[in-house]
Amino acid sequence: MAMLKVAVWRGAEKGGFQTYEVPRLASQTVLDVVTHIQRAIDPSLAYRFACRVGVCGSCAMNVNGRARWTCRTHVEKVAADGQLEIAPLSNLPVIKDLVTNMEQFFDKWAKARGRFTGARTRDDDFARVMPDSPQRRHVDAGIECIGCGVCYSACDVVQWKPDYLGPAALNRAWTLHNDVRDTRRVERLVAVAGDAGCHACHTHMSCSERCPKQIAPTIGIAGLKRAAAAAALDGEL
Amino acid sequence: MSARAQTLLWLAQRASAAVLALCVIVHLATMVYAVRGGLSAAEILSRTRGSYGWFAFYALFVAAVAVHAPIGLRSVIHETLGWRGAPVNAGMLAIGMALALWGLRAVLAVFA
Amino acid sequence: MKNDYRARNHPAWWAFAVHRASGILLAFFLPLHFWALAQALQGAESLDGFLRWTEQPLVKFAECGLVLLLGAHLCGGLRLLLIEFLPWHDHQKSLLAIAGGASVVIGLAFALNVV
Repeated sequence: MAMLKVAVWRGAEKGGFQTYEVPRLASQTVLDVVTHIQRAIDPSLAYRFACRVGVCGSCAMNVNGRARWTCRTHVEKVAADGQLEIAPLSNLPVIKDLVTNMEQFFDKWAKARGRFTGARTRDDDFARVMPDSPQRRHVDAGIECIGCGVCYSACDVVQWKPDYLGPAALNRAWTLHNDVRDTRRVERLVAVAGDAGCHACHTHMSCSERCPKQIAPTIGIAGLKRAAAAAALDGEL
Repeated sequence: MSARAQTLLWLAQRASAAVLALCVIVHLATMVYAVRGGLSAAEILSRTRGSYGWFAFYALFVAAVAVHAPIGLRSVIHETLGWRGAPVNAGMLAIGMALALWGLRAVLAVFA
Repeated sequence: MKNDYRARNHPAWWAFAVHRASGILLAFFLPLHFWALAQALQGAESLDGFLRWTEQPLVKFAECGLVLLLGAHLCGGLRLLLIEFLPWHDHQKSLLAIAGGASVVIGLAFALNVV
């Protein structure tokens, strides 16, 4: 049987790669490989997953140096030479093996005012949002984020400026900025403007390059840059 | 520095970039034209001395670059060295003013 | 964990790297450029003296490099302005190719005229 050579990160912040031999199977995903190691070779291996079908956003890891969702990454696509290197996501503290602490990642969604605040109550009629309006289209382009942290891991600005909000939080802010029902537009622009926010983005586009949902946070971040700059000129910021 | 000030810095860098884009295109075209047959002081000065058009052009060029470069360097310093805050901002302001003064001195040197 | 070149090896990241390197080098070159022009304050002879120094092959080569840097920073900057201020299109990689090509054309135009 053909075997895969798999180097897996063991330890926490300090640690090293340990190599395992895993049987190569048809239609095998990277998550299948990790699961095989945990079930058949070393039960002490820690990793995170839930849905296995690309919905929950919990199984992202660095595969051969690139952040990916492992449940929908086929071995065939990434291990042409039969070798895999699997590491925890970058830019996040490592708890154990392949598990990172995503606290700062989600805290930044809150910091970017990533929650909806409307003006209507249950007694009001539905809000009417035209599907083909420009705002709704902007929302559509960014709304499928599953919060996996791939973009955050890929982003160099996050690495260089640890207080930078990062692509996912800013993408979320952009979808809410374009939600015509939301009432906290200016407050959100204040939260996302400046050196720790959208204006720190250098358009490396690593987030857009790596997002497994083909979202391009770079587009939304550029939109926020313009909106915040316009608000600054209007004296709203 | 407030988020508003940081946002305006970003805007100033983009606005100066737009001005510089035009200036650099003219500058490059002039250079490619001027270097044919070698550069001489007489040739350069005959073009620039007493020409209010070139003076205005280069003065604008210098002003835009004095805005653009320090804002860019401020990001580079923050990201690569981790330095930030008032001392860096003051340093960048000083660099901007030095570039403006030195640049203007050079423009006057070939104009007057 | 920190990213290495494998995470960064894609066209837009390389465009950034070129933009940053050219920006820093141009910023350091500016004072030198201003100093050289200011030689004219001491009269045309002084400026000519400096221009003669620039006739050396190595300096000429460096000049071509500077022009290439300026062209690259110009084209990369125009690309950024288009991305940040115009509606998005799926032509990012074409923009990169145009920026790269135009930079080389500018550098070559100078190099061919200067020698």
